[in-house]
Formats: sequence, structure tokens, C-alpha cells
Amino acid sequence: MTAPLLSIENLNAISTRENGAPILRDVSLTLERGEVLGLVGESGAGKSTIAKALLGILPRTVQVTGGAIRFEGRDLMTMPSRALRDLIGTHIALIPQDPQTALNPGRRIEAQLTDALRLRRGLSSKEARARALKLLQEVHIRDPERVLRAYPHELSGGMRQRVLIASAFALEPKLVVADEPTTALDVTVQKQILRLIRDMQRTHGTAVIFVTHDLGVVAQTCDSVTLLYAGKVIEAGRTADVLTAPRHAYTKALLAAGPRYDRPDSGLEPVPPSVFEALRAEIGLG
Amino acid sequence: MNETLIDATGIEVTYGNGIKVLHGVDVSICRGETVGIVGESGSGKTTLGRALLRLVDVSAGSIRFDGRDITRLPEGEMRPLRRRIQMIFQDPMASLNPRHTIRRILSEPLKLHGLAKTAAETEARVAKMLERVSLPAVCLDRNPHELSGGQRQRVGIARAALLEPDFVLADEIVSGLDVSTQAQVLKLLKGLSADLGLSMAFISHDLSVIRAVCDRVYVMRFGKIEEEGACAEVFANPRSAYTRLLLDAIPLPEITPGWLDSKAGVEDAA
Repeated sequence: MTAPLLSIENLNAISTRENGAPILRDVSLTLERGEVLGLVGESGAGKSTIAKALLGILPRTVQVTGGAIRFEGRDLMTMPSRALRDLIGTHIALIPQDPQTALNPGRRIEAQLTDALRLRRGLSSKEARARALKLLQEVHIRDPERVLRAYPHELSGGMRQRVLIASAFALEPKLVVADEPTTALDVTVQKQILRLIRDMQRTHGTAVIFVTHDLGVVAQTCDSVTLLYAGKVIEAGRTADVLTAPRHAYTKALLAAGPRYDRPDSGLEPVPPSVFEALRAEIGLG
Repeated sequence: MNETLIDATGIEVTYGNGIKVLHGVDVSICRGETVGIVGESGSGKTTLGRALLRLVDVSAGSIRFDGRDITRLPEGEMRPLRRRIQMIFQDPMASLNPRHTIRRILSEPLKLHGLAKTAAETEARVAKMLERVSLPAVCLDRNPHELSGGQRQRVGIARAALLEPDFVLADEIVSGLDVSTQAQVLKLLKGLSADLGLSMAFISHDLSVIRAVCDRVYVMRFGKIEEEGACAEVFANPRSAYTRLLLDAIPLPEITPGWLDSKAGVEDAA
């Protein structure tokens, strides 16, 4: 039996700034090759912390106090830093939240897309350029030559997000972490970008973790879902099961809190204080 | 009670660089009515809101407030109306003075507009409103950064409501909030507007939020009204293809087989 692509086991982390307040509490999850997982929660749930841990970019103020992150069986937490950087740089990629700030404003798209291809794949400038052109075509950019020559500010938000998706898949990673990739986009652009990530994921057989607060995005894109609150996994399972038959009161309450245009009489039910109280008791918060 | 409070016709706004962002927009809002203004970025929804409040000048058209033409009213004559027209902003961190306590943020407008004669009266009104928006009294001595996002937004709502306005413009006020907080804030706003008989223009990019709080909706695109009507009507049977497109682009929290692959909700790609 081969190890899953990713297995997080009882991961615990604290904030060194806030007197060691727990940020992650015994988080465990598994991701198979080619699987799409939604990591969901409201702010402070710990979803971004998990994403940052996977990408090796945890801030200094967050300290992992226990547990393991196994990628193809190897524990990222105990790996020498050089080996860790190589592994993450080659196999784990990020699609960031904000396409405005994720690209360097002073460099042309070509330079930003070809860096990793030259440095990690050892391609010549010419080969890297050809590969970058192909990638831009793959993300349905109509005039890839022009985009390669462009600076980020010359592109629309949706175009920039396409460039970042091309960049994430450039090294054929095994895992792509998409951190709220459509939050900053208009709803019609969001659908195009979600479809594009799904298409790229299928073509390349990549596993994807969607970090999102939007259960609608999860429903339409993810095979499985893990819901967090205050750093703890509250509910996890196949997306269809969690959304149609949520087991935890908090999951139910979240579904009832979101307004839906097709159900004007439901939604907008604030999460009852009793649900939060039960959650806090369950987690062991005062 | 279908008395019109705001009646704007043929509104055009041209910014300094000669770019016209509103091309003849008609909007009317009745007393006690909550009207949604929805559109994607660049549709002109925020500019329209600002024009209604006379925060940007219109290059054509007219705005009547409570029967009076305010289109080109000088600022001095606008001032008495300012109390009656309030605004709640998208980012409470940017619209609440970080150096002031919540007490000062809430009491100063009351004094400024002469709504409370004595310090005791001011204090009493503020305390009552604080309770109405479900904020604990300890908040009064805090500064904005010491509150959560949802609490700050409730301060913004309290500040607007304290002045007993006739009309409130709310511009994307829940877009930065978590779903559970968003539901609280929207429910509060709905309750307050019913209690005070407020007219409200609720600007949002989120059709589901609009559906939950508004009576009527204007769908905007490229600086024009694309469709207008009662929410119940527009959301069930949109007449405009663009409204249909916006609705189809919203991912619902239930598995919808084929949704991601359907053409619906996607404009011609980039």
C-alpha cells in the first residue's frame, strides 16, 4: 500500500506572540493523488496556517509544537531545510488570493514565468520561453506573445489570475494550494477561473487544496471537505455527504447563515450563540 | 405608504479625465423601502450611490430628495439635509477614526447636529443605541482596532442610525465579513430599518445578499441600469440576459452536476 500524497497527522501549532495561544489543535487530514479538497472555515479557523505550513512559509510567530505533515511519506517537519525547500519548490505550488500583489510589478510576465523553469528544471531561456507560451495557451490566454511582454499592471485581474495559474502548474507539481483564488474577482470571472483550475487539475492529475470560506465554491469544485473552527477539525468527509447531511451543529448553522438567491426565505440565520458555546466547550475553550 | 423619498432621473457622472461612468440612470426610492443596487466592478454602482448623496457632482440629470431638487444645491444648503442622509461604509476600519473611542465616535455627530442638548442626554441615547445593535457597554471606552470586524460594522450602523436619518446608503458593508457575522449584521440592519422606517440603498456585488435584504433591485452594467424590479420578480424571472448570467455564475452550496461545465454564467472568455 503506497502512502497517500499528503497526510497531516495531529498537527499542533501555537502563536508565540499571544502567550502561546493554540492556532492548530490536533489537525489531521489526508489527500490522495489527484484529489481536490476544500479547506473551509471562517477567519481564525486556521485554514491559512495549514496552507502556509504546506508551503513552508509559516511566519516566525507561529510555532509547530507537534504532529507531522507527510508528503509521499516524508515528514516535512523534520526534513533538513535545503531538502525541504527543494521538495516544496518542485512539488507544491500556490495560487495566491490576490492577483494584484502576487506578481512583481517591475518585471515582465516572461521573466516571472520562466524563473522557476530555468532554475529548477534547468531549461535554457529559449526553452523556458517556449514552455511559458504553451502554459499561457493552456490557461486560454489568446495573445500569449503579448502577455509575455506585458507588465502585470497592463493585464486585467482575471488575466493576472490566469498567469498565476499557469505559473503554479509550470513545474508539474503534485499538489497545488489555491488560497481563496477567486475572492477578489467578479462572480462571472470567478466561474471561469474555477473551471480553469479544475481543467488544469484534471489534465495534469494534480491534487488541489482549495482554501476558501465559500461553501458554494466547495460544492462545485471539491471531492472532499474539511471544516475548521478555532484550529480544530469540526467536520470532514465527502463533499456530497457533508453538504447534504452535515453531522455537526456548526456545519448546519453555517449552511443556514449564508443567504441564497434561490431561497429567499432561508438563509440569514445567525449562528445561534448556543452552537458557539457548544463548540468552545468541545474544543476546550473557556 | 408609497411616497417617494429620492427620485433621480437621467443621472450622468463624468470624472475629471472626461470618462463618463454613468449614462443616464433613473433611480427612485420610496419611504421605508430598501433598494438593492447590484453590479460587477466598474458597473458604476458606487458612483451612483455617491451621486445620490451629492458626494460627486452630476454632469446631467436631477436628484430630488423629499420633494426638493438637490442636484446643484450649494454645500451650505445641503448641510441641514446631511443629517437626514447617512452612509455606512465598506471598511469600518477606514471610516472610524482610529484615535477616537467608540463613545466619541458615536456622541460627536449627535452634538454636531444638535440632536442632544446635554451630556447626559447624549450618553443616554448612545447607550440605548449600543444596546439596540447588541454591543456591550465596555466597547464605549475602546478604540476601533480593539473591536472585531463585525463589531466595528455595528458601530458604523449605530453611528448612522443615531442621527435618525430618512435615508441610509450602505455600500458593500458585509463583503469583508465572515458568513456568520454577515448574517448578524444584515439581520440587525433589516430590523433597524423596519423600526425606524428607513429608506435604504444597499449596494453590493452579491446577489444573494441583495435578495435577502432588499424589496427592489437595480442591476447595473457599464454605467446603465440593465434591469429593475421587485426582487421576487427579478430573481425568479429575470428579463435581462445579463441578470440571468450573474445568477448562473453564483455557485450554490449544493452539488449541481455540470454547473462548472455549463456555459451559463460565463461571458466570452478573456
